[in-house]
Amino acid sequence: MSLRNLPSDSGRRASLVPHGATRIGIYVALGVLVLAAPFLFRGIVTQLAFLWLMILFALTWDILGGQMGYNSFGNILFFGLGCYAAAVVQRDTHLPYFVALAAGMGLSALVALVAAGVLGPLTLGMRGQYFAICTLGLSIAAADLFAGWEFVGAGSGIVPALYPGPVDERNRFFYYVLLALATLTFITLRLLYRTRFGAAINAIRDDEDKAEAMGLHTTRYKVAAWMIAALFLGLAGGPVAGLVGFVDPRDLAFAGATFGVWMVLMAVLGGKGTLWGPVIGAAIFHTTQELFWTYLFGWQRVAMGVLIVAIVVFFPLGIMGWLRARWPQWFGEVVDEAARPARADGAGIGDERAA
Amino acid sequence: MNALLEVDRVSKAFGGVIANRAVSLSVPAGSIVGLIGPNGSGKTTLFSSIVGSHPVDSGAVRFAGRDITRLRVGDIARLGLIRTFQQTRVYRGMSCVRNLEISAPLARSSVRSVFAPFSKEVTERAETLLDFVGLYAKRHLRAGSLSFGQQKLLEFAMALMSQPKMLLLDEPTAGINPTLINALLERLRLANTQFGITLLVIEHNMRAIMHLAGYLYCLAHGELIAAGTPDEIQHDPQVLEAYLGAH
Repeated sequence: MSLRNLPSDSGRRASLVPHGATRIGIYVALGVLVLAAPFLFRGIVTQLAFLWLMILFALTWDILGGQMGYNSFGNILFFGLGCYAAAVVQRDTHLPYFVALAAGMGLSALVALVAAGVLGPLTLGMRGQYFAICTLGLSIAAADLFAGWEFVGAGSGIVPALYPGPVDERNRFFYYVLLALATLTFITLRLLYRTRFGAAINAIRDDEDKAEAMGLHTTRYKVAAWMIAALFLGLAGGPVAGLVGFVDPRDLAFAGATFGVWMVLMAVLGGKGTLWGPVIGAAIFHTTQELFWTYLFGWQRVAMGVLIVAIVVFFPLGIMGWLRARWPQWFGEVVDEAARPARADGAGIGDERAA
Repeated sequence: MNALLEVDRVSKAFGGVIANRAVSLSVPAGSIVGLIGPNGSGKTTLFSSIVGSHPVDSGAVRFAGRDITRLRVGDIARLGLIRTFQQTRVYRGMSCVRNLEISAPLARSSVRSVFAPFSKEVTERAETLLDFVGLYAKRHLRAGSLSFGQQKLLEFAMALMSQPKMLLLDEPTAGINPTLINALLERLRLANTQFGITLLVIEHNMRAIMHLAGYLYCLAHGELIAAGTPDEIQHDPQVLEAYLGAH
């Protein structure tokens, strides 16, 4: 595999996505499709709404798992807290439906942020499998805690306020809410990964001791990263509770064996540590899973198990990771043989080369 | 003499193995000082003790007039004392430019500057330093795809990027192509004269360190056995004995 030497005009690098008008065209077409989808595919609006949830799950998991190198099996915790916080606000305040939903989502975000801010410094000092196991324990403990807490309905769960309208309208409404949340997550992360923060969490992934030795405040970056993931997971809790109409502690809120594992698999399938990887992984995984339920009913869990094994064995780098290893020049990894342009003020030190 | 770094009778043992026994040395601001000694004599342990990678058993370390014995790695690094590693430590999954950009010190520790892209000045300086170590053409490649020698140069550039007062370099020429060694030594000297960075260098390449350093310390079996100018060290009977064995 050789790296292509491209002309000095590095602006014309080969890229995965076409540039200019074609690119804008693709984005506009995609935008129209996702906006029109609830009307085009009336029978599967709930499943489509869950697609956006899955994308949000994979994207937020990848902040720690892919970009920072901390495999969390407890991110579902923040989603569960979000479900409950929103449902409690809807149950106990007598506000109009949409006001209560908005207030509930606000509380969800706050609770998730506080939880990550408190648990982060306690757990993020652990590395590798210790962190993974600790977070797994946290999510299981949370499920048990909520399943035994009378105030939130204990094992029988909690019912959020009923949507004031027909079911079709409810599904469409939450489809758009989840679409907006997933899009917001994507755009936020896209901007975030270009900042010093993004580079810092990548540095922590590649060599945390080195990052520490170079003077980075690693703990602050790690906790901030988890809080950002928690924020979006918490926000998603309210709309999902509203869409499903019922919050079960183990099957929805703290569903570690399903959602909690899926978010890892989707990110791994698409490619950890890339922006589009989790999106692609979630889309493929969710579609496949729905097909299994439709066409392999009775065997859907077996098929899912086989798929999971296949992902881990054949796509350890994920789709985007494989593409990047195969064609690094598409990702801007090129040798630029052109000499560095001389600075006008002559401040460069490279001219004083030793013989 | 105005010492930037002072190591005062530092001892460190791992279990029953005494890696450093009451080692004292002093590095004046603006100088290049060498640290030599046979394999296993405790040089790298001393570096780790200085930068706070592990607690010392006894003794004190002072940097820029401040006691840093009990400070942690990150705090010491932020004071401007940076070490490089014998085995290279670079951010393998990131491009060379990113490796340098993230090594830039945070000018103002405000939340806004953390959640903002790197400034033009930082990127500019990153590219200048990559040019300085001859890696400009490869700046978009992942650090992990570079050869060992190139990673070493990259790590040196990262250290410079952090604008340190002082660098502790652990065998900078080891594993580097012999034809590149002179160029690297020249850059070390330039870092010292142009950027005013004080250097403490562990080195096994005697020819290199004798030319580079103005003053040398020699460790053997965890103890300081000699100190002096390169000329004095080369003729010190104890140093010769440590390296060649007793006759």
